[in-house]
Amino acid sequence: MKTKVECQECGADISIPEDAVVGEIVTCPDCGGDYEIATKANEKVELKPAETVGEDWGQ
Amino acid sequence: MVEICIIYDKVRFEEKALYDKALEKGLKAQMVDAKTITVSTDSKKSDLALGDVIMQRSVSHYRGLYLTACLEFLDYPVINKFNVAETCGNKLVTSLVLAKSGIPTPRTQFAFSADSAMDVILKTGLPLVLKPIVGSWGRGVFPLRDEETANMIVEMREENDSPLARIYYVQEMIDRPPRDVRCIVVGDRLVTAIYRYSAENEWRTNVARGGKAELAPITKELEDLALRAAKAVGGGIVGVDLMEDKAKGLVVHEVNNTVEFRGAASVSVADIPGAMVDYAVSIARK
Repeated sequence: MKTKVECQECGADISIPEDAVVGEIVTCPDCGGDYEIATKANEKVELKPAETVGEDWGQ
Repeated sequence: MVEICIIYDKVRFEEKALYDKALEKGLKAQMVDAKTITVSTDSKKSDLALGDVIMQRSVSHYRGLYLTACLEFLDYPVINKFNVAETCGNKLVTSLVLAKSGIPTPRTQFAFSADSAMDVILKTGLPLVLKPIVGSWGRGVFPLRDEETANMIVEMREENDSPLARIYYVQEMIDRPPRDVRCIVVGDRLVTAIYRYSAENEWRTNVARGGKAELAPITKELEDLALRAAKAVGGGIVGVDLMEDKAKGLVVHEVNNTVEFRGAASVSVADIPGAMVDYAVSIARK
């Protein structure tokens, strides 16, 4: 079963893929807010707002 | 048993692929968030317990670079080395290193004020390409096709708060097919090469910009150039980007030190993360 977490911005449900790991970024389907998976244990997932993409990001 | 530590600040396809591959090979592996690590001048290697070899995978260039400096201070072997990251993370330094090593690279001019940048641009003639010296995914890379646009973009750069914005990197526009070649080099081996095609209505070829990947044939010339470019920047695991100039043939325009390979992995039969993990093990055993 897919875990759902409530978006801290807009309250929509964000689905967490089963194979998601801590540190991965998930995006709210409604408001587009980006979150980093802070902790994940079984079906319990906690999110924190993701870091903003910096000027020096990427390859 | 070798323990590999993958340092990230954002987990992407690549970091998961490396971690899974290390476990599949029966190695110990850990993923550590760069944002949680602190180091001091009194720190000892054993304080951090980061395994035998570190794969530095931070997306943020400066975070990865300076954390690597700290980890090398603690005598951890890091892939890639600080010097490699410093060279590859800066397009100006990369161009200088490539040219110095006799590797064909697009003709690039450097200017250190808006006035001298405009002088260079007008004297050389358009079209040209203006690139930021740090930063990627093709952001801030502008084609200059007429004088008005050139003036506007140079003016914009003047108003930017970053001191790096006032270093002007002006490159010839390469007459090329709508694609470039990304070579993934691991140690002294070219693991795979792909063409990256620009997305529709987009002239840049970055996969991050929606570019499509397709397998590229590895010719002797391509292999030779990719390996020489990788060696020139100091080796390790790098992505060498080349363009096919209709007049000059292959030219190397960039070397990436935290190479993304999602696009390449989707079309290549080569085991890209496998080659990277094997290389990390070989570094740990040195």
